[in-house]
Amino acid sequence: MRYSSLSLLRQGLTGHASWPAAWRSPALAQSYDAVIIGGGGHGLAAAYYLAKLHGLKRVAVLEKGWLGGGNTGRNTTIVRSNYFFPESVALYDFALRLYEGLSEELNFNIMLSQRGMINLAHSDHDMEVMTRAVNAMLINGIDVELLDPAQVRAELPLANFSPGARYPIHGGYVQRRGGIARHDAVAWGFARAADALGVDIVQNCEVLGFLIENGLVTGLETSRGRVSAGAVGMSPSGHSGVLAAKAGFRLPITSYALQAMVSEPVKPVLHTVAASWATGMYVSQSDKGELVFGAGLDLYPSYAQRGNLPTTQAIVAAVLEIFPAFRRLKMLRQWAGIVDVPWDYSPILGPSPVGNLYLNCGWGTGGFKATPAGGWLLAHAVATGRHHPISAPFDLARFDSAALIDEAAGAGIAH
Amino acid sequence: MLLIPCPWCGPRDEPEFTYGGEPAVRPGPAADISDAQWGGYLYMRGNDKGPHREIWCHSFGCGQWFVLERDTVTHAIFSARKP
Ligand SMILES: Cc1cc2nc3c(=O)[nH]c(=O)nc-3n(C[C@H](O)[C@H](O)[C@H](O)COP(=O)(O)OP(=O)(O)OC[C@H]3O[C@@H](n4cnc5c(N)ncnc54)[C@H](O)[C@@H]3O)c2cc1C
Ligand SMILES: [Zn+2]
Repeated sequence: MRYSSLSLLRQGLTGHASWPAAWRSPALAQSYDAVIIGGGGHGLAAAYYLAKLHGLKRVAVLEKGWLGGGNTGRNTTIVRSNYFFPESVALYDFALRLYEGLSEELNFNIMLSQRGMINLAHSDHDMEVMTRAVNAMLINGIDVELLDPAQVRAELPLANFSPGARYPIHGGYVQRRGGIARHDAVAWGFARAADALGVDIVQNCEVLGFLIENGLVTGLETSRGRVSAGAVGMSPSGHSGVLAAKAGFRLPITSYALQAMVSEPVKPVLHTVAASWATGMYVSQSDKGELVFGAGLDLYPSYAQRGNLPTTQAIVAAVLEIFPAFRRLKMLRQWAGIVDVPWDYSPILGPSPVGNLYLNCGWGTGGFKATPAGGWLLAHAVATGRHHPISAPFDLARFDSAALIDEAAGAGIAH
Repeated sequence: MLLIPCPWCGPRDEPEFTYGGEPAVRPGPAADISDAQWGGYLYMRGNDKGPHREIWCHSFGCGQWFVLERDTVTHAIFSARKP
């Protein structure tokens, strides 16, 4: 069924009792042309583009839990393309452009809100480094503007401009096309559109092992039995290393817990996304009115999806330093996701050491913004067996040649 | 919050420590090492789910490095040894 104001009206008249399911729940078939591991946004997008752009008829997405239950449903939903290196800009701006047309394309409101994202500078040196980054972005064609303190104050009237501020605000910059989107809707929108094109989405189906013959993957061992596959793409985020080990290789990835939290809902107080990398703070206000803020990593390897108190404390302190007015708010929820952080904070895309097995992982702390592009590029690799020019620099082989794309140093931490 | 048993100082809170990676032996001699072997040593990780061998530094304490065996799912600590 096409979603429209007419269908909303019609369903409304009958008490919303007869909306059809948004996707089927098929059994796992015995074989597919392509199987995607991981039903987060990236995996679902890959399946959608495989069916839509490459005409593959028999595609499955295998998800060990529920759709979007990984980092897709746990992130702070910031989208932007203000990266430093040209390779990253090509990748993340491709994603942002896909996002800009996605509600239309999927006939599903992903609630993209390009409310802008402001990064703060807290010293003259911060401001100099920021100017350099902004110049690099402008050269790469990204819509960013430097802001002086008065301009920041006009956008963030509640920010701490008091004379005694521990982190005085010396200015900042904004990407106006940046903003937030509804994370669940991105997963559900891709799932529904993929399902409509015949993709089998199989939840509660964990991939336990790879069937490999003569260096080529031919199928998978799953908790719902064996399945053979012409090609396999993997988007398992935090579990990339676990799956790579099952396929017999290692990745330059460490899995960490990354936490976020929301306050009780309040009237509109923050109309843009605000970030301050010096304090590790990033915050936005959801449509429900909650302040959504994320932390830095819990800095040791973890597969426990909860996050520890010292990191929670640090982020709360940072938010209150920049926005003292939030001091009286009660926190509603805190949670964590397990993120797969590569050595250079850039994703790992394309062929793997095993034939017919393609990677879309290492998105770490910042892959929600890349969801449509990650899926698009994985679909390209799975369907053609080759890199698209946008994904080529992100090949695993960069760790042999040391051609790293170090966005941790280039753009600062990248959520 | 982890309570980490420093082999020199005894149990201390997590914020006193810094995680320092997985223990690895530097391959050599350099002339015999391929780019892939060297890249593997520098960048590739076991990243195990479950029991994991790690090196930690008691940075805001005695400043010493040690080897910790820890479960990355339950965060249980099995042992802490002087190197
Ligand atoms: C707290 C937090 C805040 C963040 N904030 C931002 C942000 O503001 N902006 C941004 O761009 N990014 C952010 N990120 C990062 C972002 O969430 C991720 O990079 C992105 O969502 C990854 O999407 P994915 O589809 O690859 O992974 P996921 O959504 O994690 O999906 C992977 C799926 O694979 C499944 N899976 C794993 N192993 C198996 C198996 N063996 N068999 C079957 N299925 C398996 C998992 O169950 C999971 O559902 C944040 C992350 C966290 C945790
Ligand atoms: Zn000590």
